[in-house]
Amino acid sequence: MSGVRASEKSGSATQFAEEFDGAPAKPSGKPLPPMAQVSGDLQREVERFLYRQAEILDDRRWDDYVALFTESGHYWMPVTETQTTGDGVPSIFYEDVDLMRLRAKRVMHPRAWSQKPGHRTSHVVSNVIVESVDAAGNLVVRSKFYMSEFRRDAVRHFAGKYRHELKKTAGGYRIELQRVDLVNGDGTWDYVIQTWV
Amino acid sequence: MSTVTIGSKADINAMVEPDRVHKRCYTDQAIFDAEIERIFERTWIYVGHESQVKNVGDYYTTLIGRQPVIMVRAKDGKVNVVYNRCPHRGAMLCADHSGNTGTTFKCPYHAWRFNLDGTLLKIPVIEGYQGTRFDTSDPQFHMKKVARVDSYRGFVFASLVPDVPDLVTFLGGAKIAFDDMCNRAPDGEVEVVPNCFRVIQKSNWKIFLENQLDAVHPSITHEAAGRAAFEVEKDIEKRTGKKAHLQYHMLSAFTMPFHKFDAMDNVGHANGHLVFRGYMDLRRADPEMVEYLKIMHAKHGEKRTEEILSVDIHHVIGYPCLSVQPPLQQLRAIRPIGPDRTLSEIWHFRLKGAPEGMYRRALAYYQLVNSPSTTINADDLENWWRCQQGLFSSGGDWVSFHRNAGQDRVQANGTIVSVTGMSELPMRHMMGAWKDYMVKGAAQ
Repeated sequence: MSGVRASEKSGSATQFAEEFDGAPAKPSGKPLPPMAQVSGDLQREVERFLYRQAEILDDRRWDDYVALFTESGHYWMPVTETQTTGDGVPSIFYEDVDLMRLRAKRVMHPRAWSQKPGHRTSHVVSNVIVESVDAAGNLVVRSKFYMSEFRRDAVRHFAGKYRHELKKTAGGYRIELQRVDLVNGDGTWDYVIQTWV
Repeated sequence: MSTVTIGSKADINAMVEPDRVHKRCYTDQAIFDAEIERIFERTWIYVGHESQVKNVGDYYTTLIGRQPVIMVRAKDGKVNVVYNRCPHRGAMLCADHSGNTGTTFKCPYHAWRFNLDGTLLKIPVIEGYQGTRFDTSDPQFHMKKVARVDSYRGFVFASLVPDVPDLVTFLGGAKIAFDDMCNRAPDGEVEVVPNCFRVIQKSNWKIFLENQLDAVHPSITHEAAGRAAFEVEKDIEKRTGKKAHLQYHMLSAFTMPFHKFDAMDNVGHANGHLVFRGYMDLRRADPEMVEYLKIMHAKHGEKRTEEILSVDIHHVIGYPCLSVQPPLQQLRAIRPIGPDRTLSEIWHFRLKGAPEGMYRRALAYYQLVNSPSTTINADDLENWWRCQQGLFSSGGDWVSFHRNAGQDRVQANGTIVSVTGMSELPMRHMMGAWKDYMVKGAAQ
């Protein structure tokens, strides 16, 4: 007995799918994010600031890290890239400087059990793009980071992007907002993050 | 030579004593497999909240025992729960945690199409099935539905087996978790905030549940976070002359002295459920509470409002998979992955009709205690991991639940009340339910 062969009525896979789903949507044509034309000096100044910040984190100098922020500053790690604010919506971190001080005190407490042993990190910051400069010299800066974390025989990898809103002050730049988007922010977490990335 | 079969009735009975349990309950792969079959795949398990799937085609995927399932909103408005498996070659139909699948499920492998109740809609090149045993009306060619689905006040549960009591009967004393949370909403219902934190615990699922109502651990495990919060709280009050936001108290309260925990109590209900009474001070003078009380009074009157707020519950365990904190609008569902591996799905809710300030309280707890940056659970996870490692060792055979053992008070209604909030009644009570499930499963 011969098998039954597909007839022309069976059509194509695309026809079969589009009978239920319709045609796929066209791409939105979103513009590229903005990029300011800045001098080499300014570019280097911003990079030095970011390198310094990474060094402070890797050296576990928590008080010095909090001191990089303005008194109204925030450290924000959203769950997804689509979030536009950390105020009133769930985030992984959304800390003002009081909450940052709390985190610093907890990590330094002698009975913070999950700091026995503690963790060590190494940050690399790169792809630094100044997004905008205002008349007062305040900056918005985008960059990428890679952080390797070691704790009790295990190494974890974190990658993502920073977006810094930097305020120009007499004593140098201070952070008004540091946004940190991890590539796996909405993924499943193996353990937690105890300090800032 | 012992002839006891692992997981047999004799084996289970020997592992659970009134005041101690054998470490194998936490470490043995065969016991873990039996737990999944006899508990998680044989009772009502929390799937999700109806508001996670508001629109037709909205879906959410999770696990019931080892079974990947999909909760989906169908065209008729019903919430269905189906196995996440194409009946053709087995491919998962929804591979993301959540999304919208349109008006059908579609298999990416050979394009089989299913309605949102799992029934087969259409397959391509149907000619090839002529003269075969394939039949579109045969259930084996449809996505399988779970045996039972029901919801209580918007919280959806499912059972893989049909012979379970109705959901409300099963929930029994744990029902109050949902009543308390919903009744606190001026509109009488809650809505999920569409974000799920997923955290892996490298420890047995029972260690998580046992920790939740263990009132001796907070001031020890969480001393560092609690003290840090207390210092910042005092500093803010000194600096501003005003009370710091409740979020600081939420953390500093972890280090309350023992006598405050002593004054609370734990109540054990049928099926292993537990209710922890006392603990949270809602601080009625805070601006968000003043505004909230005004709305509640207008809607329900002062008498009813007081009735609602006097339900003084901090934490409810819906055995075997739920930890709910109604006044904080938090819910954690656990999905056991292995003897030393547990996934927790962490959600929080909005009280419908309540002012924004009340939501901000819940959000603060969600972020500070339950998010992946938590300063609280960081130390829990550490201790649970250490317990799991120690239990794998041969340094001892038993886990001790002796604190206030023999002092639990059985009430006329069948519930069991602790003599102190710090009693290990919750652990003893849950292991009692565990034994019941495991022995019943062994007999079948």
